[in-house]
Amino acid sequence: MTAKPKFAMYWAASCGGCEIAVLNTHEKILDVDANFDVVFWPVAMDAKYKDVEAMEDGSILLTLFNGGIRNDENEHIAKLLRQKSKILVAFGSCACEGCIPGLANLSPVGDIVHTAFNTLTTDNPNEVYPRTSYDVPEGELHIPTLSRMVRPLEQVVDVDYFMPGCPPESHQIAAVIDLVIKVVKGEAELPPKGSVIGCGDSTVCDECPRARNVKFIKEFKRIQDIAPIDPTLCLLEQGVPCNGPATRSGCNARCPQAGAQCIGCYGPADGVLDYGARLITAFSSVIDANTPEEIDHILDGIPDPTGQVYRFNLAGSLLKANREAWKVVNGK
Amino acid sequence: MNNETFEPTIIGFTCNWCSYRASDLAGTARMKYAPNVRLIRLMCSGRLDPTFVLRALSEGADGVMITGCHPGECHYIEQNYKALRRYLLLKRVLAGMGIEPGRVKLVWASAAEGAKFAAETTLFVEEIRKLGPLNWGRADSGPQTVDREVPSTVHNPSSEMEVPA
Repeated sequence: MTAKPKFAMYWAASCGGCEIAVLNTHEKILDVDANFDVVFWPVAMDAKYKDVEAMEDGSILLTLFNGGIRNDENEHIAKLLRQKSKILVAFGSCACEGCIPGLANLSPVGDIVHTAFNTLTTDNPNEVYPRTSYDVPEGELHIPTLSRMVRPLEQVVDVDYFMPGCPPESHQIAAVIDLVIKVVKGEAELPPKGSVIGCGDSTVCDECPRARNVKFIKEFKRIQDIAPIDPTLCLLEQGVPCNGPATRSGCNARCPQAGAQCIGCYGPADGVLDYGARLITAFSSVIDANTPEEIDHILDGIPDPTGQVYRFNLAGSLLKANREAWKVVNGK
Repeated sequence: MNNETFEPTIIGFTCNWCSYRASDLAGTARMKYAPNVRLIRLMCSGRLDPTFVLRALSEGADGVMITGCHPGECHYIEQNYKALRRYLLLKRVLAGMGIEPGRVKLVWASAAEGAKFAAETTLFVEEIRKLGPLNWGRADSGPQTVDREVPSTVHNPSSEMEVPA
């Protein structure tokens, strides 16, 4: 009997939702087990980094890597898994473009540590901060060091495929699992390297059933401030900043169908170099005003423009991070 | 950084029908203005995708100047208003990224306004000179510069995509 091909999954700076989405494929997960030998998957089984280090280079057929690169441990494992894997997939929005953890790039890392360890909810009068190394009688202990910025996987290692979504939709994951199993059996071929898989190539708007009438708006509003929401009309035309026009399809416009605006978790659509820039164009296109004063007044309805247009994509955008975050951390 | 010796790099996006001709006029009339701006001709300021500005800033420009026809005088009826709306939202987004609003400027200049084009350019260069270099992504690079030099791994998966049977 030939040995089954090996499968690994890892989480770096992420929330764990991607693992849940994989398990949400229900009985399809049994196909993974039937066709693969799961060698490394910290959330599901016990394994040590040194076990992976002992593996032969390229011996893992498929690695799904979710999470961005936030610290030196993430980076080490990313490089290690790249070395050991034939196919490395950036799985989920964090690995593809930084996702919500990537919004940390709006602040210098020192500020982030300070906020986490010394705020109203964390009483820390003596300003005690974690140290990355500490001497104990048994030797020196280390914890991972934060890097200046969150980086998508592609900015650290070579990536074969990208699978966007926060998390990727389970039916899309199931389809990709089916494809890989077919490839293993020699019944199908892999898509070209660098492909974005498990999604569509158009925008969320193309999948959205809401009607678009090229209407202009005088006001941007938060969705909860509009009552009642028209269930059939485009949300952007109702004044809700909806990220659909720049976002890749693949989710069946799940949020707009449920009455909420698209927040852009599937990342940039095909041909979009900078997600935020595309959204700036889209939002500007519905503004019904020609004087700077009136336009500015309408734009005041978007309280956090940077967070709005880069909610999932900041770390993967052209600018990558706030100017302050680029600077080197001094001290803590 | 000594700002007196700092020569800003500025990318200018000009409209074919007005400001590009204004710059031509400034040239043929031998008007003198700051040589720091590199002009890129668009058919209309409405062609300006905010991506162009972000790319210019992320790849070394210290400032970006966008020029178009005066409001109401667009060759394509009203595209310069679209440029204005994008510009105002873009500036807000850039502020969130820590980029001073003054680094991106929108100027209206008709084909007859060579003198205005020259004066605005010189003024903008002086404004950017005061702000100092942007040096995006290279600012204060020190010990933690790993994220700029991305080391590639030895393994190249595209070379042999062998699949065990």
